[in-house]
Amino acid sequence: MAAVSTPHVLLGLLAGGSRHGYELKRAHDERLPRARPLAFGQVYATLGRLERDGLVAAAGQDRVAGPDRTAYALTDQGRDTLDQWLTTVEPPMPYVASTLFAKVVVALLVADVDRARSYLIAQRAAHAARLRELTAVKADTAATLSDVVAADFAIAHLDADLRWLQTTLGRVADWHREVHP
Amino acid sequence: MTQLQARGVVRAYGPTPALRGVTLDVAEGEIVAVTGPSGCGKSTLLHCLSGILRPDAGEVTWGGHRIDTWSEAARSRLRRTEFGVLFQFGQLVAELTAAENVALPLLLAGTGRREARTAALTWLERFGVIEVADVRPGEMSGGQQQRCATARALVTEPRVLFADEPTGALDTLTGEQVLTQLVRLAREQRTTVVLVTHEPRIAAYADREIVLRDGLVDHTGLGLDVPLAGGAR
Repeated sequence: MAAVSTPHVLLGLLAGGSRHGYELKRAHDERLPRARPLAFGQVYATLGRLERDGLVAAAGQDRVAGPDRTAYALTDQGRDTLDQWLTTVEPPMPYVASTLFAKVVVALLVADVDRARSYLIAQRAAHAARLRELTAVKADTAATLSDVVAADFAIAHLDADLRWLQTTLGRVADWHREVHP
Repeated sequence: MTQLQARGVVRAYGPTPALRGVTLDVAEGEIVAVTGPSGCGKSTLLHCLSGILRPDAGEVTWGGHRIDTWSEAARSRLRRTEFGVLFQFGQLVAELTAAENVALPLLLAGTGRREARTAALTWLERFGVIEVADVRPGEMSGGQQQRCATARALVTEPRVLFADEPTGALDTLTGEQVLTQLVRLAREQRTTVVLVTHEPRIAAYADREIVLRDGLVDHTGLGLDVPLAGGAR
């Protein structure tokens, strides 16, 4: 799956009005609760690049018990870039680019059926445990819809992996014979 | 504390074995998913545990009582009073309204009409289908029917709920809403749940997964006919 485009996400978070880097980091982590939290350094580095490219502009400074904080606002060009990103459909992945898949292939190439199967069994257990954790997040009465929608996304992908792991376990002996005739 | 137990349960349909010696324990208040591929014996196990079927061999105990030796009438009474049973298709009585369907187990257990209706309305409310209280199943959506069936299975506040693919006929979102509410209410009441499903994402609602394969508990947790090393399938 393509990595999250942090510059576009930050442009989106600025669409509602200007914000400081700190506010942007908090808004990011709140809105994308199951994404990797953004590091402050990454926020400021990204803002620097967006400003250089004319997509955001400094919109004043203030000081609250600390150093000056620069607020950033979306420029017209930034708004166009954001609109364009939002209307572009993500290409469905035409190839399998997962470590999961690569590891099973390599295990089968360099080792035997048992090795590949052991890996699949261990991986299945790990996936099932994670699926249970995410389901508990959703079932919690305190869960917000943001939490639920984010967990849904992860669950749907884990579920697909689990089905693949299960099917591959059923095929692994025949597959090994094909790879090592 | 162990509430439900199977010891070496065997059951066949004519010459075809369905269960070949299943042994398991379910603790009070536990939510257990029974999973495995089609034909592995999941539903037969649920029927044996709930007393719908009698095993050919082995023992089923509930709360320390061996129930597989009980008469049909005694097992039927147990299902009315202590157990709740829920299937993939709600099995609502077509001629009765939602409220009448949900009140039915209470009426059969001797509860007065007014009290039974009040309880039925409370449970329909909990499952978000109070608006169909006076509607017959034929005029409800599949999701509304399954919510009513779930309310009916829980209205007697059973000690154990047996659910066989309860969301199998529903779309993902509706199925999840029904299951989330079922699990939440079961936990509140400390109702034990035995949930049969072949879906990993449904099994993930349970505290524990028991995988069956070819009529036995599969301790590898795979439920697949995985060949032994080098062996032909």
